[in-house]
Amino acid sequence: MSKTSSGTLYRGREGMWSWVGHRVTGVVIFLFLLVHVLDTALVRVDASAYDAVIATYKNPLMALGETALVAAILFHAFNGLRLILVDFWKQGTKYQRQLLWGVIGVWVVVFAGFAIRHLSLAFGGH
Amino acid sequence: MSAEIAAPRSQRIDPKYVRGPKSRSSFEMLAWLFMRLSGVVLVVLIFGHLIANLLTGTGINALSFGFVAGKWASPIWQFWDLALLWLAMLHGTNGVRTIINDYAEKHATRAWLKGVLYVSTIFIIVLGSLVIFTFDPCVVNSPLPQC
Ligand code: HEM
Ligand code: HEM
Repeated sequence: MSKTSSGTLYRGREGMWSWVGHRVTGVVIFLFLLVHVLDTALVRVDASAYDAVIATYKNPLMALGETALVAAILFHAFNGLRLILVDFWKQGTKYQRQLLWGVIGVWVVVFAGFAIRHLSLAFGGH
Repeated sequence: MSAEIAAPRSQRIDPKYVRGPKSRSSFEMLAWLFMRLSGVVLVVLIFGHLIANLLTGTGINALSFGFVAGKWASPIWQFWDLALLWLAMLHGTNGVRTIINDYAEKHATRAWLKGVLYVSTIFIIVLGSLVIFTFDPCVVNSPLPQC
């Protein structure tokens, strides 16, 4: 692959960036899940130890982290559905770019809804 | 630099397109299919999980040992979480396997990374399943009134 390429149909365009985004969010969610199952396992060991760990999830800084995690999940989910459409729907490859804008649009709306609700609950204003 | 590039497998390429020799194993094809089927199911499972735990009632403020005990008193939520655990772990593991194959070029490095990956995956799936199946509302320090 040429390092000086000034652009191809794919490289450096939306198609590549959505792939990078899908990959990065996939890994982030996977790492979270490993930790998440470990801390949920405390439920089998000691109820107050579990409550103590869950309490840390309720502070404002962690609430921002949860919001970022959900942002990643929503992107991976909607973009994943787009990849599936591109593979299985006859017109998928033809409309893949429009589908990506659809993904971004739906992502903005759902994420805004989530963030408003979650942050107002976490920051105590409900 | 604006060469005319036809869509893949269209026009002149289409009629002459022939597949390579059939490979002996269909594992990669099944893995590809699994990523898509599990993806569709995971959307439902994860959205349901987040709605139940973060968006309804007082959201994150309600989470506690008692909350978990309440959910897992129902076989529906037990099954929900079990399916979520298995599908998300297998989907994520297969995804990370692909990424290792893409970036780790030395054979030994790949083998090591994948070994660590598979051991962690098995550990987490077994642990998570045991936690759901052997859940005890009256575990040490349980705040529940019936204990
Ligand atoms: C910040 C967001 C999240 C919160 C607050 C949260 C909270 C919880 C809670 C309270 C439980 C206990 C059981 C239950 O309520 O059903 C649980 C279990 C579980 N969660 Fe989450 N969760 C989050 C995100 C996720 C995500 C994104 C995934 C999947 C990728 C996931 C997968 C699981 C699994 C598999 C279990 C069962 C664990 C086991 O078998 O021991 N969670 N989660
Ligand atoms: C919310 C529902 C989800 C959908 C619709 C979805 C969909 C997909 C699809 C279609 C692929 C592409 C597979 C391929 O290129 O052959 C993929 C890759 C991947 N997914 Fe998911 N997924 C979801 C949830 C998850 C979760 C919960 C995790 C982590 C535990 C995860 C981690 C990954 C990883 C690491 C990859 C590989 C990325 C790459 O090869 O670039 N996904 N996903």
